[in-house]
Amino acid sequence: MMNWDPLFITLKLAVVTTAILLVISIPIAYWLVNTKSRSKPFMETLISMPLVLPPTVLGFYFLLAFSPGNAFGNWINEWLGLKLVFSFGGLVLASIIYSLPFMVHPIQSGLSMLPHSLTEASQVMGKSKWTTLLKVLLPNCKTSILTGIVLAFAHTVGEFGVVLMIGGSIPGKTKVASIAIYDEVEAMNYGAANFYASVLFIITFCILLTVYLINGGYLKRFWK
Amino acid sequence: MIKLDFHKSLSDSDGQMNLRIKCDIRKGELVTLYGESGSGKTSTLRILAGLLNPDKGVITVENTSWVDTKKRDYLSPQKRNIGYVFQDYALFPNMTVKQNLEFAAHKGQNKRVISDLIELMELGDLNSRKPQTLSGGQQQRVALARALVHKPKILLLDEPLAALDYKIRLKLQDYISRIHKEYSLTTLLVSHDPGEIMKLSDRVIVLEKGKIIKQGMPDEIFTNKKISGKFKFIGEVLKIESHDVIHIVSVLIQNNVVKVIADKSEVQTLNIGDKVMVASKAFNPILYKIE
Repeated sequence: MMNWDPLFITLKLAVVTTAILLVISIPIAYWLVNTKSRSKPFMETLISMPLVLPPTVLGFYFLLAFSPGNAFGNWINEWLGLKLVFSFGGLVLASIIYSLPFMVHPIQSGLSMLPHSLTEASQVMGKSKWTTLLKVLLPNCKTSILTGIVLAFAHTVGEFGVVLMIGGSIPGKTKVASIAIYDEVEAMNYGAANFYASVLFIITFCILLTVYLINGGYLKRFWK
Repeated sequence: MIKLDFHKSLSDSDGQMNLRIKCDIRKGELVTLYGESGSGKTSTLRILAGLLNPDKGVITVENTSWVDTKKRDYLSPQKRNIGYVFQDYALFPNMTVKQNLEFAAHKGQNKRVISDLIELMELGDLNSRKPQTLSGGQQQRVALARALVHKPKILLLDEPLAALDYKIRLKLQDYISRIHKEYSLTTLLVSHDPGEIMKLSDRVIVLEKGKIIKQGMPDEIFTNKKISGKFKFIGEVLKIESHDVIHIVSVLIQNNVVKVIADKSEVQTLNIGDKVMVASKAFNPILYKIE
């Protein structure tokens, strides 16, 4: 009997991470597009760091920061009741930071491609920034948002180093599919490894295919 | 009454330019800003709309202060209740024509004004179309209608007709002049086309490198003198030919080429591409009915 747990955990992690990322990335991207602040390059650098940094570096610092052995980790543990090391909550937080650029960058470029006159037209009609963002700007960069969602989701599904460092590999709790594959291969259990690997392969393929179909307008043409 | 009195330093392709505007616009007037590109026309509109803040100065509208840089007082564009038609129309691509108009309405505003505008601008057939499927002239009409939904007192038009061909331009000029009167607006228009300006505006303000160099009635501005001609048109010089003692100047008036005889002294001041006014006053023009 196959153990489906790692796949469920992977899926749950990816869904939760993507949902939270979507909510926080839109204001971040909007700020980056509109700000004249001097801190913009620093913020952009920080957000993009996970693109180039080895995941283990991030995982290592997470581990240090949130370990109940130090003051900060202890504080979070005691005051917020959050145990972020070797827990699902910790996995989510690490994944959010690790996949942040994959959500922020597409939305940022989508927003900056829109003509500035759209915002101004909405302003002179008396609409607030919030209404303008929600009703005018976001609906006009749907494809960028979709790209962000898919990239963040797929990237979370595929991560390994960070989840191994911060989550450990606790079966049924923090053992995601990518780690399960590694474990099964270590145990010379190729059948099980192949099962996890092929499921991930198919899921990822289907997700990306859907995006290209939607963004390329193929589905619309098909329906017509 | 709109009182404009401000400075703004702008950077353009030639470097720094100092925009200096001091003028009054009376209620109900249709005033055109005329000048070469880069002379500060669009920036003036943007400053009045609150999309750009002046460096120094005041803007007062109907005795309320919109901008007072000394008091660091800037009324937000949302509160100025202005209708603005952008050069690129700025229609929202995600909404249909009707949704574009509905979006512009204030909360709880009577929706009658939308159906009135749809009727006035003859947009009924386009209601459910998306802006990108419309022609330039249709988009322009939607943009014009949308700018009026929230019942502005001031309408700003930034070269609204520049991208359209001649026939549609004439039709839209009629729309502009109709809405200006019907909604008792104070309208500020940016235009390059003297014919259009003569037809629409009460007053012209000529800008050059950020300064007002002339202002007055369109007739005075474009011909330097008042002509009480019975018949006058603005055109562009296409060709100047000399035949013995006389010269024949071909002038493009709207979409017809007209040949006008001129003497040597007149021709000396003319160049190909110059805007001219063709006027006649001694003889009655003859009318032929065109079937």
